[in-house]
Amino acid sequence: MKQGRFVIKENKQLTDSVWQMTLCGDVSAITAPGQFVNIQLDGRYLRRPISVCDVNENTLTIVYKVVGKGTEQMANMQEGELDVLTGLGNGYDLSVAGENPVLIGGGVGVPPMYLLARRLIEQGKKVKVILGFNTKQEIFYEEEFKALGADVMVTTVDGSYGKKGFVTNALEDLDYSYFYTCGPEPMLKAVYRASTTSGQMSFEKRMGCGFGACMGCSCKTITGYKRICKEGPVMRKEEILWED
Amino acid sequence: MGRLSVNLCGIQLDNPVIPASGTFGYGYEYAELYDINCLGTFSFKGTTKQPRFGNPTPRIAECTAGMINAVGLQNPGVEKVISEELPKLKECFHKPVMANVSGFSIEEYAHTCEKLDKEEQVGWLEVNVSCPNVHGGGMSFGTDPKAAAEVTAAVKKVTTKPVIVKLSPNVTDIVSIAKACEDAGADGISLINTMLGMRIDLRTKKPVIANKMGGFSGSAIFPVAVRMVYQVANAVSVPVVGMGGVTTAEDVVEMMLAGATAVEIGAANLVNPFTCRDIIEQLPAVMDKYGINTLQEIIGGAK
Repeated sequence: MKQGRFVIKENKQLTDSVWQMTLCGDVSAITAPGQFVNIQLDGRYLRRPISVCDVNENTLTIVYKVVGKGTEQMANMQEGELDVLTGLGNGYDLSVAGENPVLIGGGVGVPPMYLLARRLIEQGKKVKVILGFNTKQEIFYEEEFKALGADVMVTTVDGSYGKKGFVTNALEDLDYSYFYTCGPEPMLKAVYRASTTSGQMSFEKRMGCGFGACMGCSCKTITGYKRICKEGPVMRKEEILWED
Repeated sequence: MGRLSVNLCGIQLDNPVIPASGTFGYGYEYAELYDINCLGTFSFKGTTKQPRFGNPTPRIAECTAGMINAVGLQNPGVEKVISEELPKLKECFHKPVMANVSGFSIEEYAHTCEKLDKEEQVGWLEVNVSCPNVHGGGMSFGTDPKAAAEVTAAVKKVTTKPVIVKLSPNVTDIVSIAKACEDAGADGISLINTMLGMRIDLRTKKPVIANKMGGFSGSAIFPVAVRMVYQVANAVSVPVVGMGGVTTAEDVVEMMLAGATAVEIGAANLVNPFTCRDIIEQLPAVMDKYGINTLQEIIGGAK
């Protein structure tokens, strides 16, 4: 984990409520796809935890949904500097992917799949990606994943684009060696049930500090209590204990 | 002895800056970020007799200039704290540490304190009679002078190290509780724990926090903390550890002028993990600016 000042290079709207921000700064603490950063905003007490979408030599890309006052404030930033804690959370373990892993992203759970797909493709894996949205207007990053060389399937709940239904409808007919997923908890639960292999899923919880100090985001797992921000946000399928 | 040095219950601190319990774990998370030996000391995560998972999530709500938490004393229990956490703590922190203890009965407080008192690295016991997030324990001992005194006396009986009783602000008359603890043998008083608060989500129309209410902390509560530290410091003769919303070196000085011998910093660590280190670095310049030679001499200076 590192604290650093990041310069806003670009902040562009992808859909009605989803934005992409590119930041320039020291990204050396970011070691794995699936990690997150924690951003301080003027006038907001707690930082905003946002997953890493992509990272290059000295640039960090985040894709975030405007859900409250903090993210609304972010959407209005065109320039300036941000105080960012980087390299938070465990991230995905790529070593167990097998030859043809499937990556499943739902809504704002899509962004962390991007860096993961890129890294897996760089390793020579044949990567399938399922992107789930409610409706056509919400879709983002389909072309970006295709440009990486991934085999991309899109599902929409209302059937306005791609396969009608949920990500699990696309997963059913698929042959894959391992799965990685990120999305809303009902989707994670559905993927957990529908998947036929082992896999890893990234969880979201309201956090205090984001670096393991406050115990605000604890959860119970088969292997004991874990902090979503520190031992997570990525959990292996085998250790997940659904609380309800 | 440096300009920043203060004496807390017979132990000399390099400076009065103490990360508060529940915001600093057992130290090692922060030791990844900076050398935590720059701290005066720190108060480790509230420890109970039995292991506790704590409350359901969400446990955190944001507020203007602060936050609400309802963690509920998640900790591995005193046995594991001694066997697993303290050895890790020892590797990254080489000064006496403050052991924060909570309980659900007088017997539990005494049991946990007696165990931790025997640990070499423990310099002080901070007895938390003020956690707002657990039912049937914590704060219920700290809202009644008689119960607070009973806990204090029971802990004093089985321990040798200085006992600092941590008080709740969620009371009508904090001075009477502080005095009752002093009379029962407390070697120091620390205050304030968090203030009971609540947020409601307009979209779900339900409380943000699963436990509904929680402890409000952060810079918003600083003036309340200064007032209570002032009142208590003027009523007791034992040292007072001031806390509540402290965020800057100026806040530390203000808290000491109110009567604090040392100052704990809580929520600010969660926002900026380097807060305590930065405050220690900034204190000399702030002292120069306000014509302060040593911190020890300003304690309780605001009459």
